[in-house]
Amino acid sequence: MKLRIEKSPAPVWFRPLIPLLAILFTILITSVLVILVGANPFHAFYYFLIDPLSSRVSFIEVLVKSTPLLLTGAAVTFAFVGGFWNIGAEGQMLMGATAATAIGIHMHAAPPWVAIPLMLAGGFAAGMAWVLIPALMRVKLHIDEVVTTLLLNAVALLIVSAILNGPWRDPVSQWPQSPEIAASAIFPKLIPRTRLHLGFLIALAVILIVWFILTRTPFGLKMKAVGLGPQAARFAGINVDRTLLISALVSGGIAGLAGVNEVAGIHYHLIDAIAGGQGYTGIIVATLGGLNAWGVTLAAFFIGLIDTGSQTVSRALGVPIYLGDVIQATLLLTTLAFLLFQRYRIRIR
Amino acid sequence: MEQAVWLTFLVGVLAATLRVATPLVWASIGEVYTERSGVLNLGIEGIMFLGAFVGFAAAAKASQAGLPGYLWIGLGAAVLAGVIMALLMGLLSVTLGVNQHVSGLGITLLSIALSMFGFRLVFGESKVLPSIEPFGQIAIFGNIPILGPVLNQYLLTYVAFLVLVPLAWWMLYRSSFGLSLRAVGENPEAADAAGVNVYRIRYLALIIGGAFMAIGGAFLSLAQLGAFSPGIIAGRGWVSIALVIFARWDPVRAMWGALLFGAVSALQLRLQTLGFQLPYEAFLALPYLITIFALAIAGRNAPYPGAYLKPYRRE
Amino acid sequence: MTESISPPAVEMRGIVKRFGPVIANNHVDFTLEQGEIHALLGENGAGKTTLMRILYGLYHPDAGEIRIKGQPVVIHSPKDAIAHGIGMVTQHFALAAPLTVAENVVLGYTDGFRLDLPAASQKVLDAARRFGIEVDPNARVKDLSVGQRQRVEILKALYRQADVLILDEPTAVLTPQEVEQLFEGLRRMQSQGLSVVFISHKLHEVMAITDRVTVLRQGEVIGTVRTQETTPAELARMMVGRPTFGVSKPDTSPRDDVLLRLEKVAALDSRGLPAVKDVTLHVRAGEILGLAGVSGNGQRELAQVLEGVRRCTGGYIVANGHDITNAGPRKVMAAGVGRIPEDRHESVVLDLTVAQNMALEHLDAYTRGGVLDKKRMRAHAEQLIEAYQIKARPDDPIRTLSGGNMQKVILARVLERNPSVIIVAQPTRGLDVGATEYVHQKLVEQRERGAAILLISEDLDEILTLSDRVAVMYEGEIMGIVPPDVDLETLGLLMSGVRIANEPENTEAA
Repeated sequence: MKLRIEKSPAPVWFRPLIPLLAILFTILITSVLVILVGANPFHAFYYFLIDPLSSRVSFIEVLVKSTPLLLTGAAVTFAFVGGFWNIGAEGQMLMGATAATAIGIHMHAAPPWVAIPLMLAGGFAAGMAWVLIPALMRVKLHIDEVVTTLLLNAVALLIVSAILNGPWRDPVSQWPQSPEIAASAIFPKLIPRTRLHLGFLIALAVILIVWFILTRTPFGLKMKAVGLGPQAARFAGINVDRTLLISALVSGGIAGLAGVNEVAGIHYHLIDAIAGGQGYTGIIVATLGGLNAWGVTLAAFFIGLIDTGSQTVSRALGVPIYLGDVIQATLLLTTLAFLLFQRYRIRIR
Repeated sequence: MEQAVWLTFLVGVLAATLRVATPLVWASIGEVYTERSGVLNLGIEGIMFLGAFVGFAAAAKASQAGLPGYLWIGLGAAVLAGVIMALLMGLLSVTLGVNQHVSGLGITLLSIALSMFGFRLVFGESKVLPSIEPFGQIAIFGNIPILGPVLNQYLLTYVAFLVLVPLAWWMLYRSSFGLSLRAVGENPEAADAAGVNVYRIRYLALIIGGAFMAIGGAFLSLAQLGAFSPGIIAGRGWVSIALVIFARWDPVRAMWGALLFGAVSALQLRLQTLGFQLPYEAFLALPYLITIFALAIAGRNAPYPGAYLKPYRRE
Repeated sequence: MTESISPPAVEMRGIVKRFGPVIANNHVDFTLEQGEIHALLGENGAGKTTLMRILYGLYHPDAGEIRIKGQPVVIHSPKDAIAHGIGMVTQHFALAAPLTVAENVVLGYTDGFRLDLPAASQKVLDAARRFGIEVDPNARVKDLSVGQRQRVEILKALYRQADVLILDEPTAVLTPQEVEQLFEGLRRMQSQGLSVVFISHKLHEVMAITDRVTVLRQGEVIGTVRTQETTPAELARMMVGRPTFGVSKPDTSPRDDVLLRLEKVAALDSRGLPAVKDVTLHVRAGEILGLAGVSGNGQRELAQVLEGVRRCTGGYIVANGHDITNAGPRKVMAAGVGRIPEDRHESVVLDLTVAQNMALEHLDAYTRGGVLDKKRMRAHAEQLIEAYQIKARPDDPIRTLSGGNMQKVILARVLERNPSVIIVAQPTRGLDVGATEYVHQKLVEQRERGAAILLISEDLDEILTLSDRVAVMYEGEIMGIVPPDVDLETLGLLMSGVRIANEPENTEAA
């Protein structure tokens, strides 16, 4: 028997099924781990996928968990579509959070309609600033942005850590944690007595804007052309460098908004775990979502579901909470592999 | 008196330099093999993490079971885990030919998630970990002043500097395997036409790389620290990626890079105890910034392997 | 069988190879006698290279039998082929550039795990001396010229003890002097008993070097003849299947107004070396100016300069009254220049759809109030698909189209705007006969319409059939401009860098 990979494009109707197949396959293989722990995989996946949706409280929690993922997923999508391999959403998110905190702690005299837009703008700008150097290095010097954005994630974390251990260290508790932001800078709750906050609406608005730009504007088409065939795009008269730069900067800005969201919506102060890997999870969301806005929305919701579910699973069945992370990582790898069915098919003979 | 203080300081720095550099040498030499075949393995951070965890867990369990040589059992288990992840990376990037950036990152995420999952599974929620007696430093130079404290090092440190690096150089430039490896990384079509099995070479490179990365991680948990914690790797994998580029894909230069990094780290720790006020994060950020700076200067002249990031598929 | 007759070096019987619906080789029989130089002659896409890739183990035949020195064999991979003493030198050299000559030669053919480089260098040097090939085993391949790299490729095969050498269009990348050196080398190898398969579509080379010729057309063998007993005319007839090209130029003569003017244009290649030197050309309305030359003499760079994607380092370009020197693709297009580039993949985004690619150069025309007018893009695509008989739907990714249909999309995109100047490079490379004819037809139509066309091609027949005048480029310079009915000897001299004393431009007018 021999496996052969042949070029053969999949029919259009098949494409949306690819992430679903990947999810199914992921559930199958991660079930092995569940069995290993001595739990029933059916129970486990019930808690993962169904239980969080069965109560209002936990459903809202899923939305809360998906909010930053919508943003980092949108950020990564925007960059990847434009051909900029931004692996640095984590660092850009950290910088966005830092800027938001810096603004937020000085907003005690400002009303919310001043404080919140200022923080959003500051976070967006900080995210952009953090991706600027890798973007310029890519455009001007043709240096692979993957390594530079990745390394800057580590630098961003060190900067946050230095600030928290230095000027912003809590003078009373000595915890590495910033002072709290002003009350007027805190995102208002959408539903009282829940954690769902304004950030969710902002994230949806960002998704809508990303969708519009990518599918309805000439710039979106230019981005796709640059991402899929830079040489041909240049031949067609598209300013490749400018398009790349804008894709990268907007992506960084959106990732910065994710940082604002965490500060103003959840924590109200800066901690070094504020990004907590959600920038990397954005890559999972973008890949699973097939680099389009609606797919990203569903994917962010799905990952939010797993995040919420993993706590329940851990509590109810004693399965380590990290099973959720395992599922997400496995999902990324299976999606990558299954995406090949778009262009190839495997023939056994 | 003054002189004695400085001597102690210097000896401390030199000893720490070798210690800090050891896991970086293992990991970056592993990455050199991998990248020279044309595959960027961003799974390095995760594979080091997995190596540290699996090594520690297996050693702890073996120690509890009263097995002699439990440290070696741990090391073997770490290598096995690293190889398995490397094979998975190979399946994705070599056989299926998917994007190496994203698949490598996925390997890192999966390795860390699996380690943490396993960590809870093996050790539960308890805060107190079983302790193991780690690999000790070998007193080759006994109590000889200066030489003893500096060069009495772990076996894995000796192996890294005295075997791994020269061997990597020899393998790359003086063995037929190395020739095939470089050819596959530069021009897989040419290697294929010459009868070299591109896929096999790339898998071999990934396996060797994965094993070394895992040993680099296990060095931390089985020798230097004798314990495991979620912060154990702390970006050392990313530093190794940077070192490989910085070293222009040459094993000897990668070793010098690791030593430089080790020296900076060692200095930083000691300068802090001497009361220097610069935040220690500034020192930690240095290798990243230096690499970015070096990349900016080398620019497109950096001698990337010709087939870097490119999956090979016969027409 | 008597002792004196040795079995043929290679015998291929009834070889069939399909790629999807296309039959590349249809029951091909081919026999290579020991010690002969045997040409495989045919047009692009006739199946020559496919047949030899099968022999070299790169493709697997769907049917047929291969015998080597009388023994039936199955060749799974190049490794098998090498073991049977077969070596192949392709158009795209299979060399790792940063490695040395010796390293490239011994790659995959080392004995033992230890690599003894000095010994390997010596062996490479010995092999080189034996066949009169001059090359430094310790030089890095990236520092070698194209001709030297080809010698390394041949050396690789010889080092592996090949006694059958396949050369796939070996002269396409060589200067005439290098061709002569190659031929000398081949004769020397022949005298030492090697058998050579010489794939080509160049008649004069086939006549000059080979003992026998097998002609392929559309995947089938038309016949095998002794070179001494045939003529170029007969071979051409066998190869093309009809006496001339199907397209004939109308009798209209070019008008006087110069629409494209290049004055002392200079440019560098990708390595930063001068590739185009002081090129001055005037193309008039209703004229096709053919630019001929051996591949790699700056034609590609010149085309890119005119297309707006390569910097011009000297001189100036005026199209249609607009200065387009270093203007960039947008301004070049706005000046009424249509561009059909050498590499189709450079001008279409493979993963975008037909409709998107057709609109890509003029997105402003499909934007209303900042929003993309998708309906209009689609309607536009449907209209062009019909007008240019393209076998595709508007929403098909370009990737799924055949080469011919892809070229039609590019033609449609360019010609629908009635450009007054057209830059077209290698327009029929890799196309089948039907698509080639279609492209030629369209170019002649444009000429009649009054466009000034610069046709850059390595296909001499194409140039001579379509052009009103022929400029010849050599090492970045224009050697001369001649009428298309010039004798081949003059053309050959120009292409090898020999300038003609009296300017043909003037003699033509007289």
